[in-house]
Amino acid sequence: MRFLRRFLIRLSNFATRQSADQRLQDEIAEHLAFQTEENMRAGMSPTVARRQAAIKLGEAVAIREDHRAEQSLPFFENLLFDLRYAVRMLLRSPGFSLIAIATIALGIGATSAIYSVIDATLLHPLPYPNPIELVRIEANLPGVGTHDVGISIPELRDLQNSGIFQYVSLCFFGSENVTGSSQPTHIAGATVSPSYFAVLGVDAALGRTFDPHDATPGPNLEVVISDGLWKRAFGADPGILGKSLRLDNDLFYVVGVMPAGFRDQGQTSEERDTELWAADGFSRDLPPMRGTRQPYETIARLQPGLSLEAAQGHLDALVASLKKEYPADYPPQAAWTIHLTPLAEILVGNARQSLMLLSGAVGLVLLISCVNVANLLLTRASARGREMAVRQALGAARTRLIRQLLTESLLLFVLGGVTGFAVLFGARKFLLQFVPESLPRFNEISISWGVLAFAVVVSAAAGSIFGLAPAWFTSRRNLTATLGQEGRGSSGSRQRSRLRHVLVIGELALSLVLMVAAGLLLRSFWDLFRVPLGFNPSRVVAIETTLPNPNDPKTDVYHTATQEAVLLREVLRRNRTLPGVEETAVSDRAALPLGHGQSDLRPRPLIREGEDAQSSQPPLIDTSTVSPQYFHVLGMTLLRGRLFVDQDLEDTPSVAVINQAAALTYWPNQDPVGKHVHVRSRAAKPDWTTIVGVIADARTESLADAGIPQLYLDIYQSPAKFLAFYLRGQVDPAAIFAQVRTQIQAVDPELPVFRAETLNEALSSSLSVRRFSMEMVALFAGTALLLAGLGIYGTISYVVNEQRREIAIRLALGAQRGTILKMVLRRGLGLAAAGAGLGLAGALIVSHLMAGLLFGVSPNDVTTFAGVTLVLTTVALAASYIPALRAMRVDPMATLRSE
Amino acid sequence: MKEKPDVFQGTLALMVLKTIDVLGPQHGWGIARRIEQISGDLLAVNQGTLYPLLLKLEQEGSIASEWGASENNRRARFYRLTRAGRKQLQAETREWEQTAAIIGRFFKVKAEDLS
Repeated sequence: MRFLRRFLIRLSNFATRQSADQRLQDEIAEHLAFQTEENMRAGMSPTVARRQAAIKLGEAVAIREDHRAEQSLPFFENLLFDLRYAVRMLLRSPGFSLIAIATIALGIGATSAIYSVIDATLLHPLPYPNPIELVRIEANLPGVGTHDVGISIPELRDLQNSGIFQYVSLCFFGSENVTGSSQPTHIAGATVSPSYFAVLGVDAALGRTFDPHDATPGPNLEVVISDGLWKRAFGADPGILGKSLRLDNDLFYVVGVMPAGFRDQGQTSEERDTELWAADGFSRDLPPMRGTRQPYETIARLQPGLSLEAAQGHLDALVASLKKEYPADYPPQAAWTIHLTPLAEILVGNARQSLMLLSGAVGLVLLISCVNVANLLLTRASARGREMAVRQALGAARTRLIRQLLTESLLLFVLGGVTGFAVLFGARKFLLQFVPESLPRFNEISISWGVLAFAVVVSAAAGSIFGLAPAWFTSRRNLTATLGQEGRGSSGSRQRSRLRHVLVIGELALSLVLMVAAGLLLRSFWDLFRVPLGFNPSRVVAIETTLPNPNDPKTDVYHTATQEAVLLREVLRRNRTLPGVEETAVSDRAALPLGHGQSDLRPRPLIREGEDAQSSQPPLIDTSTVSPQYFHVLGMTLLRGRLFVDQDLEDTPSVAVINQAAALTYWPNQDPVGKHVHVRSRAAKPDWTTIVGVIADARTESLADAGIPQLYLDIYQSPAKFLAFYLRGQVDPAAIFAQVRTQIQAVDPELPVFRAETLNEALSSSLSVRRFSMEMVALFAGTALLLAGLGIYGTISYVVNEQRREIAIRLALGAQRGTILKMVLRRGLGLAAAGAGLGLAGALIVSHLMAGLLFGVSPNDVTTFAGVTLVLTTVALAASYIPALRAMRVDPMATLRSE
Repeated sequence: MKEKPDVFQGTLALMVLKTIDVLGPQHGWGIARRIEQISGDLLAVNQGTLYPLLLKLEQEGSIASEWGASENNRRARFYRLTRAGRKQLQAETREWEQTAAIIGRFFKVKAEDLS
């Protein structure tokens, strides 16, 4: 308490600059007068009495100093003084200050930019309360090599009653057609268990969310809408609650509106932008049998305080007991397991690796820029040697000098950091363009106060670390030696120049590491870009529509393939008449090359005749539905058998086409053509499907992976709801959208038409995260190279400057100018060689760490390593060449006379 | 800026508080002289060190000060004990006596007493 009171009084004295000095002087004067009187009473002469009184009091200046230190806060006073001095020093050499501040601003600005991305994505991926409790539940059948098979209704109930979770929810992202307004709209909607919002832990802003204990077996006809949809479609009507909404021809009732900032969880931006949630008990569609699994995602909220490991342990026990209880449903060879994954991990997904790489790269840039500034500070240390020596000679303590120098470098770094942040803030709109939208939580990226705090803290930390060594060396010097060298500046200490060399070597090594990383990424990207696709995306536009999917099949006008075929054939016919269109086709969304979210792909169990007929655990295969022209429009090659033809209809035997990967996986060493399989999930037709053709593998699923087994069904035999129309030809993607919409709605005005995209666009956006990280790392590598070049230039210039006399003497004694040039260049080359050696070792480690991000290029790629080393050496030589030229042109007479 | 050893600082503060307690409000010189008289030559060397200490005690709230007239009609700054200062003095006196007693017992102890 007393300490606090004292501190506060001192702080206020410091702040108001109140001084008790006058009071002390008065008191001392009185004190001396009293003592003198006393002394005189004791018989001294006035002069002696006064002298004795002063002696007894002690040294007045020291007392005043102590008093002053007591009165205020000397630490802050000194800091203020140092700061004022530092500002003056910075202003005195504006060139140095500008370069240093710009270098730091570059490093801190880049770091803050990446930090702001990582803060939104990796650090806060789930904008929900207690995100640590959120998990994704995945059921796997490792015994038959299939994963994420979904869970059945009885299993869902077991999970809900297990006591491991607070709530468990199924969810299924899709889209809904909102009809009844002037233009049918298509919105991202999700069908979820009533406990969905209870799992997320978010309540509605208006109205309510679903009752988590609602046990309606099918859709309970309640929907919750997003704030955006509420404002857009309903004009923010406060009386929205209870109003009805026609979705796919079914009436739903709005029970709640989510808060404005609410974003759904999901792996794609489309899923996260869900605007409507419909509650569904899911147990009406399918019989409640254990083997009938729902192909939906399952998310859950763990009981509070339960760790993931403990929950997984309980779950394993539950799985084991269920297997014992229902041996028929869980055959041992399938090895059914349930796995929990933190939801955050799922959502960040494969962006994590790229972001980690970026943060590593930007960390290196920051390090290099700090090293560069430390180097500059060291250079200045030699220029200020005399100043330091004089101050030490006048009695300044070394700690005091270090403190002052540290204050200077801290000021420099914080100024740089704030500048970097300011530039970043000013350019944020421009910079955000380069961030791929597919990045999780892209919309949450912001340059906020948190980022500013980060910038300041990092720059202060960097300032302390990288200011310390220069301060140490600046303040350490031999007084007589420095002062003795009359006005000649100073020859730098050996240690200091060794430190400078170490710093430059470090910079070169770090930039080599970055350049190797960038080079490898560039080559991967290039390879990926030029990989043979197996299909031809050029001049193809895809436009999507969605057919209504009402809850009651009887009201579905497109329930059977024959009903749907009428629509499809008419739309295709009309599309073909559009100007420039040469060919058209249609497929479901799963067949859209490099298309949208994983949720479009519903792998179906592949039951092969004879082989798996008895087993209830068939493998899963990616299945899509296409029209006969699809393969031709996309330029896919037929290897064996035939493609679909117009004679394949609903009432003819059902047929399928597979790709070569599927043929090799499921019919090794056999001819799959003519084999019978069963892939329909809804057993409308119990007959077998015959495989009629095998096409060559195409990278329609993933550019990086050609060999994903695929199975195609004929859309005229198995109808699909989520459709993509393809148009090949000389068409203008901007104009074609309206034309196609007119044609589709001329056939059925209730159909929404959305998202026109050329396949080349789809191709390039599927590479966006890769391209982003490649471009960023390349940018950082370029920056690093520039900084390293500056570093080596500075060091060699300094060395040349220091050795001017030596060079002059050599020249005077008859040395060739060419020899001098070589001598200096050799020094630069030496530094570059040491840096390259160190850097290559580091780059090898880094390239192996990032092997997962590479494609088609080995982490030990010799060409990249050699090329990068060559570039670095060239830059180092070029940077040393300018000071070397200066060294060569030293005028021996002028130099020697001036010294 | 070098701090005095704590023991000295502490005891000096205690002496100051006690002096003011016994004599009533006092000016700096008066306190210094009393301490000097009582303690012998302890403070004879540097009476001035008293003033920073007085400032510190005042900031801590143990004493308060104001200008006044001295016995021989000089203007002087008088220091008096506050309520908090009196409490502090009592507490510190107790503490000091305890410490002194313990140390005293240690000095009295002879080797045979410990066997």
